[in-house]
Amino acid sequence: MRRFLVAIPYAWLLVLFLVPFAIVFKISVSDYAISIPPYTPTLDLAAGWEGVKSFFSELDFENYIFLTEDDLYWKAYLSSLQIALLSTFFSLLVGFPIAYAMSRAPDHWRPTLMMLVILPFWTSFLIRVYAWMGILSNEGILNQFLMWLGVIDQPLILLNTKFAVYIGIVYTYLPFMILPVYATLERLDESLLEAAEDLGCSRMEAFWLVTVPLAKPGVIAGCFLVFIPVLGEFVIPSLLGGSGTLMIGKVLWEEFFNNRDWPVASAVAVILLLILVIPIVLFQRNQQLNQERNG
Amino acid sequence: MATGGSEAEFAPWDDPNEVPLIRIGNVTKRFGDFTAVDDISIDIYRKEFFALLGPSGCGKTTLMRMLAGFETPTQGQITIDGQDMAGVAPNKRAVNMMFQSYALFPHLSLWDNIAFGLRRDRMSKDKVAARVEEMLKLVQLEKFARRKPHQISGGQRQRVALARSLAKAPKLLLLDEPLGALDKKLREETQFELMDIQEKTGTTFVIVTHDQEEAMTVASRVAVMDHGRLMQVATPPVIYEQPNSVYVADFIGDVNLITGRVGEIGEGAELLWSDGKAPLKGQSGGDLSKGAEATFAIRPEKIAISADEPEAGNRVKGKILDIGYLGNLSTYHVELPEGPVVKCEVGNRSRIERRDFTWEDEVWLSWSDTAGLVLSA
Repeated sequence: MRRFLVAIPYAWLLVLFLVPFAIVFKISVSDYAISIPPYTPTLDLAAGWEGVKSFFSELDFENYIFLTEDDLYWKAYLSSLQIALLSTFFSLLVGFPIAYAMSRAPDHWRPTLMMLVILPFWTSFLIRVYAWMGILSNEGILNQFLMWLGVIDQPLILLNTKFAVYIGIVYTYLPFMILPVYATLERLDESLLEAAEDLGCSRMEAFWLVTVPLAKPGVIAGCFLVFIPVLGEFVIPSLLGGSGTLMIGKVLWEEFFNNRDWPVASAVAVILLLILVIPIVLFQRNQQLNQERNG
Repeated sequence: MATGGSEAEFAPWDDPNEVPLIRIGNVTKRFGDFTAVDDISIDIYRKEFFALLGPSGCGKTTLMRMLAGFETPTQGQITIDGQDMAGVAPNKRAVNMMFQSYALFPHLSLWDNIAFGLRRDRMSKDKVAARVEEMLKLVQLEKFARRKPHQISGGQRQRVALARSLAKAPKLLLLDEPLGALDKKLREETQFELMDIQEKTGTTFVIVTHDQEEAMTVASRVAVMDHGRLMQVATPPVIYEQPNSVYVADFIGDVNLITGRVGEIGEGAELLWSDGKAPLKGQSGGDLSKGAEATFAIRPEKIAISADEPEAGNRVKGKILDIGYLGNLSTYHVELPEGPVVKCEVGNRSRIERRDFTWEDEVWLSWSDTAGLVLSA
């Protein structure tokens, strides 16, 4: 019985992660073909041992080599990294004060504030991104409002810029930053700040010397929770970013659905996964360290 | 400190020329409608170990937090060393506090915890190091300097908190229930350690506690508080032997309370407690007027128990209801025919099989004329 219970998560991982990954990996070492499915070779078990041998002999890494030859791909990877890093930074910049204010709010307010942070998840993510298109477009609410105020007389071009992408990403992933930071700040013992003051700190010094170091685990967790999904993001850059924004998720999508080049798309996906393994491992180590410290 | 010792008795509060270090003058603190501290005035002298004692919610912690600067009085004035503390922020006061939760910084080593306050003073590195070493030695934690707070025991944490709050050599050290988190045995040891350290450093200590034994053990003077009001300020022996009210008598230690009316008032006072019975004679505690309602307070250990009628100022007859065996002493609950049950404590000098009395025995209880107190109402 116990073995069975332990086996469940492993079976889950095997079926829903390892098997699909093996399939993607197999496609990435195949060749493009105009057929269904759009790649060769496919394993022909009817041909017996010869079939298996010819199947393996046709597999190669030329799609990976192709990724290094066309500068589109490494530029897209780099651009994704840059966007992910900057949006993580902006999310922290916006999210930390919100989390801090929430943790200082009176007890009876906190559930409501928490609810407000989570509230956007009740609407479809796509609808929310479309709403931003409505806000940011040339005839959008924001431009109309600014023109009504008289701040500008020509509409600003906001949509289809990197600015719009950052707005969309920071908006969408902000709760993932706020919640872990809030969780650490909320646990923070008020008497620690009083002790710091008692020992000669001003309020500001107490914040930098006590609050910030103690919020670090939450900040790190929040950064990873934003950075990891943003790196592979494709909906926001394709809807808000226009053609100028290069992100690897978008390239992958286009390779797959527009070019129908499954093998190259799979190679892009495999490399993306390898890049993501590093922050995921670091994230898990951070979580583990925390648990040890708290437990 | 509390017991004085071989030198002249430490009692600056009796010396009219002594200037108090801390003056709490008619201080009131209200939180909305709730009055946490109600018009309290106390003078605390240099090198005192002063205890604020009372049940939870009596305002003792609020009073301490006003000394630290975390709360401001609604009315009244607090001066420390002649300086009015109104508007002085906690980080600008020569006062340090040891928190009930210890409030050690979990991300810093013990060394850095103790150095925390010193570094805020822009002290040179060498001086900080020397002072931290000195403090670690004082609390005997030199070996653990590099550990984090979660890697040491509760008792050790308590000592780090003490070292940290003493490091800046404050004029006044506040201790908020400092031993509350320790188990009984460790608590008793630590009480003596605290007194030792207080004497060594010569710092003025103000301790907040709800544990009357702790207050009696460590303090030079005890202030008993109830519902924001100050009930009595006195040395532990006075608090115990001459409580000024039923509340204080009842709060400190065990006491038998017998209600009645004030009889003759002479050198002592008499309490008429039951028709046709001789009045109870004791010392007069406070203002009494003949015929007014009053309470006779007598400590259980001051009552003697005997089978035959003894020669004593006060004697009553009753029946043993219960016997509590506590090892070093036994408690007898004796029911008087007039109603009250009187508790009486007898030291167990001989082995239990030689005990003289048992349940349902008729016994005499007696005590001297000066053992009890007649308190108003």
